[in-house]
Amino acid sequence: MPNSSAERNEYDVAVIGAGPAGLAAAAAAADTGVSVALVDSGPRPGGQYWRHRTGDDGTHHHDWAEFTRLRARIREVDHLAEHAVWHIEPGFTVHATGRDPVRARRLVLAPGAHDRQLPFPGWTLPGVYTAGGVQALLKGHGVLAGKRIVVAGTGPFLLAVAAGLLDAGAGVAGVFEAGTPAGFARHPLAVAGALGKLGEGAGYLRVVGRRYRTRTMVIAAHGTGELSGVTVAKVDANWQVVPGTERDVACDALAVGYGFTPQLELPLQLGCATRLDADGSLVATADDRQMSTVEGVFLAGEVCGVGGSALAVTEGLIAGRHAAGVSAGSRLLRRRRAQRRFAGALHQAFPLRRGWLDRVGADTVVCRCEEVRHRAVTAAVDDLGATDPRTVKLLARPGMGLCQGRVCGFATACVVADRLGRTLIEADLRGLAARPVAQPVTLGELAG
Amino acid sequence: MRFTFDGKAIPAEPGQSIGAALIAAGHRSWRRTRIDAAPRGIFCGIGICHDCLVTVDGAANRRACLVEAAEDMRVTTQEGAGRAELEC
Repeated sequence: MPNSSAERNEYDVAVIGAGPAGLAAAAAAADTGVSVALVDSGPRPGGQYWRHRTGDDGTHHHDWAEFTRLRARIREVDHLAEHAVWHIEPGFTVHATGRDPVRARRLVLAPGAHDRQLPFPGWTLPGVYTAGGVQALLKGHGVLAGKRIVVAGTGPFLLAVAAGLLDAGAGVAGVFEAGTPAGFARHPLAVAGALGKLGEGAGYLRVVGRRYRTRTMVIAAHGTGELSGVTVAKVDANWQVVPGTERDVACDALAVGYGFTPQLELPLQLGCATRLDADGSLVATADDRQMSTVEGVFLAGEVCGVGGSALAVTEGLIAGRHAAGVSAGSRLLRRRRAQRRFAGALHQAFPLRRGWLDRVGADTVVCRCEEVRHRAVTAAVDDLGATDPRTVKLLARPGMGLCQGRVCGFATACVVADRLGRTLIEADLRGLAARPVAQPVTLGELAG
Repeated sequence: MRFTFDGKAIPAEPGQSIGAALIAAGHRSWRRTRIDAAPRGIFCGIGICHDCLVTVDGAANRRACLVEAAEDMRVTTQEGAGRAELEC
């Protein structure tokens, strides 16, 4: 019975996350006839990519037809909405807020990702948002973040955000891509493909047009109490500021993002092996079947490598079938191979460069929650002898606050590794990503 | 639909979060941090960062970006840890 078994707590397959990867996994598993629960914190399916309001006709969404197709295919799936998964026990018992635990023989983890942030002077001012946050305000709530918005960071997602804002009638003061044209030139097909694909219907680059500036970064945000403007500057291939190119741009909102950080809490809780991906993200290792190194735990989407929604859907379809005990066809495997190649080329075309570290002043806040400044992080290395980010966290508290290092974990790891004179390694990120409780829960829920 | 924010009426559309409605009404910050008493509002917008905490109908530490606005909801700004009895 579709969506009616409110008391049911045992399933063949539990899928965690109802974005592109999770929806595809739930649909593929359900198609084979097994029982499937789809557990998600959101009120509606779609995740961040297809975030929408009730009654949304999809006009401003991309691949909306794919979403409606997948949504139609999960009619036989129990969609357990508005339940945030905070812990999973081996075996598997899925603990989610506001309901009894769900038991499943196999899992598909599709928790997605959030914007990756690099700290810079002024980034804690109200009016500075993540690029994904500005898009969520628009797509999920119909609200423009400001009257005059600057979009900045790196990656093709910036164009998607800017084009969406322009489409909705927002004032966009500039779109500043830190990446280098030379970087694009080395991977012209990947970039053209990404822009072309992202530009479906809207013609993103054309829409954004002359507002798009490459090799340009926001190096500081200004304002008394709230954001009133940013300083932008041209940067070289290593993201060092070209002296004399600094200029101020007035704005009341900044949408900033430097790629994405996958959500690794659940795979780490279950003991899944991880690796450092080409874009510097900690990701969980998946085999050809999309299975992690833990028997019965499958992975799909950004959690096993940032690659966008189309790859996430393909991985979800493969993971869903294998979780249900059925092989995926060779057509899906070929599609995944091509999409991964494309994702890899994008990672190479939009890399992070070291120069951002030099603009994080001693006084710049690194950890927003605990208000830990750069000088406290470096002092933990220089004066207290910390030799890894995990120890810095214990000594200086970055990543100890409410967000548990989701926002500052990557940057803290980069600052510490750089201070130690070495490159970022997998263990740096693992040390800041392990969270035994993956979501804020009440004591009552823990005791229950 | 309307809710109150520190006693002031804020309009909201069905399905809109408290934070989105506050931004639409021209508010960008509504919390002070524990250490620097620095102003904060929405940053991530998707429930990750916890910058946008408000007190909703007496319950502290609710994420304004996630909680949907409801008729007559009473939203108040939050200082520090959000509970007067906690000294921090």
